[in-house]
Amino acid sequence: MVQSLYGVAEETKTIWVYLERDGDTLEGVCLELLARGREMADTLGWSLEGLLLGQNISSLAHAALACGADRVYVVDHPRLADFTSEAATEAAFQAITGRRPSMFLVGVTPNGRDLAGRLAVRLRTGLNADCTDLRVNPETGVLVSEVSGFGGGILALIEMPQRRPQMATVRPGVFVPPEPDPERTGEIIFLDVDLKTTPFRTHVVERSVGEALDLTQAPVLIAGGRGVDGDFDTLRELAGLLDGEVGATRPPVDDGYVERARQIGQTGVVCRPKIAITCGVSGAFHFVVGIQDAETIIAINNDPEAPIFDYADYCIVGDVREIVPALIRELQDPRLATGNP
Amino acid sequence: MLRIIVCVKIVPKPEEVSVDPETWRLDRSHARSEINPPDMNAMEIALRLKDRHGARLDILSMGPPFFDPILRVALAMGADHVTLLSDRAFGGADTLATTYTLAKGIEKLGGADLIICGEESSDGATGQVPAGLAEWLDIGQITMVHDAQVDLERRVVRGRREIKGGHEILETTLPAVLSVATACNEPRFMDYRIKEWAFDPEQVTVWGRNDIDADPDLIGAPGSPTIVSGLEEATSRERKRRFLQGSPEDIARQLSAVIRQAI
Repeated sequence: MVQSLYGVAEETKTIWVYLERDGDTLEGVCLELLARGREMADTLGWSLEGLLLGQNISSLAHAALACGADRVYVVDHPRLADFTSEAATEAAFQAITGRRPSMFLVGVTPNGRDLAGRLAVRLRTGLNADCTDLRVNPETGVLVSEVSGFGGGILALIEMPQRRPQMATVRPGVFVPPEPDPERTGEIIFLDVDLKTTPFRTHVVERSVGEALDLTQAPVLIAGGRGVDGDFDTLRELAGLLDGEVGATRPPVDDGYVERARQIGQTGVVCRPKIAITCGVSGAFHFVVGIQDAETIIAINNDPEAPIFDYADYCIVGDVREIVPALIRELQDPRLATGNP
Repeated sequence: MLRIIVCVKIVPKPEEVSVDPETWRLDRSHARSEINPPDMNAMEIALRLKDRHGARLDILSMGPPFFDPILRVALAMGADHVTLLSDRAFGGADTLATTYTLAKGIEKLGGADLIICGEESSDGATGQVPAGLAEWLDIGQITMVHDAQVDLERRVVRGRREIKGGHEILETTLPAVLSVATACNEPRFMDYRIKEWAFDPEQVTVWGRNDIDADPDLIGAPGSPTIVSGLEEATSRERKRRFLQGSPEDIARQLSAVIRQAI
């Protein structure tokens, strides 16, 4: 059997989180990984450490310390100013083989995926992608990654007993973000990497970033499925009244009624809103994983047998085109807006 | 001439996969198979490049021999040839072993200017194969592109992709790996005029592990670092499952009260 570049015997008892920059802050999913990483590190009595790649980005290291990291490694290099998978992979590879963490956790973003896929091959290690949960075995220090099997409500537990680091990627919204503690202190260590032989193949020609849509922060989510028949305007009106956002299952996204950034579920966004209202959604499991952590779920569907009702607190068997407009009228009722609810 | 290889996965139709209530295992035995829908978007990008520049377009897939007829859909859409990597020793492969095996197949095909993949598979949905392939082949990658332009003189490819709150255009040198954003285009239909040609046995080559000089330690289960250590039934939190009755107005009043309390 082929070995990874270091094994269990050589690992340091550390959990690493890849700290991806998002403008002037860290990606939310990295903070979520720090929160779960902190819990796992405490279970094992290990150290939680971050890896930050970029140029002039060391101020972000403090944010990671405040969110639970004990130590942050900073690689500051002009080749890392703009993310390219080749330079980032080589920098991470050198940092990881130098310090030999037991685990390396990466958030699912376009760049996070690009890095993780290349890096796992370079390290000859495995990669548990799109995990729905991460745990550790407190006796062995082995990472147990949970991934959901497609279509059904089946969760597979995946382990990597021999090779290191144990790599996993997790989507935004799966873990609860930490409460930053600005008083928390830790170590910041600058690492040198040699990128002289890393080829310059890829570069950014153009980048245009505006206001980002972040469904994971919405307190109310109105999710439409095939049953709304493309009428998302009514759902947008309802979302507007509740200071919420509109999401969708895959078919309306594929049909172009809603932009892909609003797709909810296993291959989309995972949300944990206060209230999720599903409209004309049948409740396939790969959708349900995207809302199952909502505090309250309301489901409207004309099929009394629809599986979505098994996941809902309040179930309405009826026509979305009647119920949603009635709810909008009710919420607009001035007697309710001014009086006590 | 531009050389393109599209990597195609054959997957069971998700709506036809069921779960065995006793063992919790996925029962794919009654599911028909299809080309992974995101790979159809990759096919369409490849065919547009072929229309524009002229290209030799190879399809590379991995799996049992019964995938053969399904792969002929790609030929009828306009691909030139299919190579199916089929060997029991490839079974049980995780991402590391899968990307190694595909990379060996690509090398044996003589490489290509562009290797194009779907963004992810509908049954695995890890999206890690394109980046892993690029690493084994030691070439650049642009993932989740909505379109791609090739400049043959400068030997570069440009891809546009969506990022949080916007888009970016990346350029990388050929050869390169592209992955194509799911549902970013409308895959063309099969051309029934070439159906007979597409079903000619000669259009599909099957290669085993020896044909691609695969290292036995790197393929299949031995080449896969990850193991499935358990299966669990997904448990979601207990829900009230209270059915609300009445006219739409009655229901709206009840919902409004629920919402005001929960917010």
